[in-house]
Amino acid sequence: MALSARQLKVGETHAEQVVDNLTRTQIVQYAGASGDYNPIHTDEVYTTQVAGYPSVFAHGMLTMGMTGKMLTNYVGDGRLTKFGVRFTKQVWPGDSLTAKATVEAIREEGGAHFVDLNLVTVNQKGEEVLSGYASARVDP
Amino acid sequence: MAIDKFPIEAGHILLFARAIGDDNRVYEDADYARRTEPGSIIAPPTFVQASAQFDPEYRLRPKIGEPWFGSGKEPSGVQAGSGGGTGLHAEQHYEYHRHPRPGDVLTATVKPGNTWEKQGRRSGKLIFSETITEYRNQHGELLVTARGVGVRTERPVEQS
Repeated sequence: MALSARQLKVGETHAEQVVDNLTRTQIVQYAGASGDYNPIHTDEVYTTQVAGYPSVFAHGMLTMGMTGKMLTNYVGDGRLTKFGVRFTKQVWPGDSLTAKATVEAIREEGGAHFVDLNLVTVNQKGEEVLSGYASARVDP
Repeated sequence: MAIDKFPIEAGHILLFARAIGDDNRVYEDADYARRTEPGSIIAPPTFVQASAQFDPEYRLRPKIGEPWFGSGKEPSGVQAGSGGGTGLHAEQHYEYHRHPRPGDVLTATVKPGNTWEKQGRRSGKLIFSETITEYRNQHGELLVTARGVGVRTERPVEQS
């Protein structure tokens, strides 16, 4: 299931819907698993009345984690060498997200082969919520 | 800020994988994982973020006997601050030297990086600050290098 440098082409893409109709409960699950209990993610009363947002919203790291699921499905388990993102828009309950990787380069370094990917995750309106990059070790 | 002991545990990895909606068996089934290339359960790429669970000083976890800023009887358990701004996560970057697996016991050392300011269109003045975290296992092996950028907004981000 690992990618092969010989078969990859620059510009090739892999996309997955990583969540359909994000629930507040999944955000709560992420708070519990990650240990980030910031009430702006789980406490509607605090978030609307004190923080001044229309509702709770997802942890950026939940969006990154879901984007990472698309990545590891694409490049294989344990193959990632780099993964970095910018959070460009908030993600709200009810959002559906699609994460996409585009091959930027295929390179050889010290006898090993790598693929460099450009990443973008968009919501159901096509708005970008995350942009980033990743590199992974691939087969020759 | 530092974390002395972040034990990588299979049960914690399973809960984390569920939370990100990832049903890859390499995160939950040791027998299956043994037959994969990594050879064991491994942590998902963003798992080291859960080191917050083991940070005794972590501000975003209620502490026993201390007031919490989330709602209870009142919308917030502490006096409102002056601003109305919020701390948000702006960027996160990871470099993987080896993916952590159950049995690794990590330490995290955190170094502050750069800070900078920017005028935001939708949230007033933005103050960015960077931290660099190195995760090493009990044998001193560097597994993951993380660079995070946080941003403090002057006021809530306006919704378009």
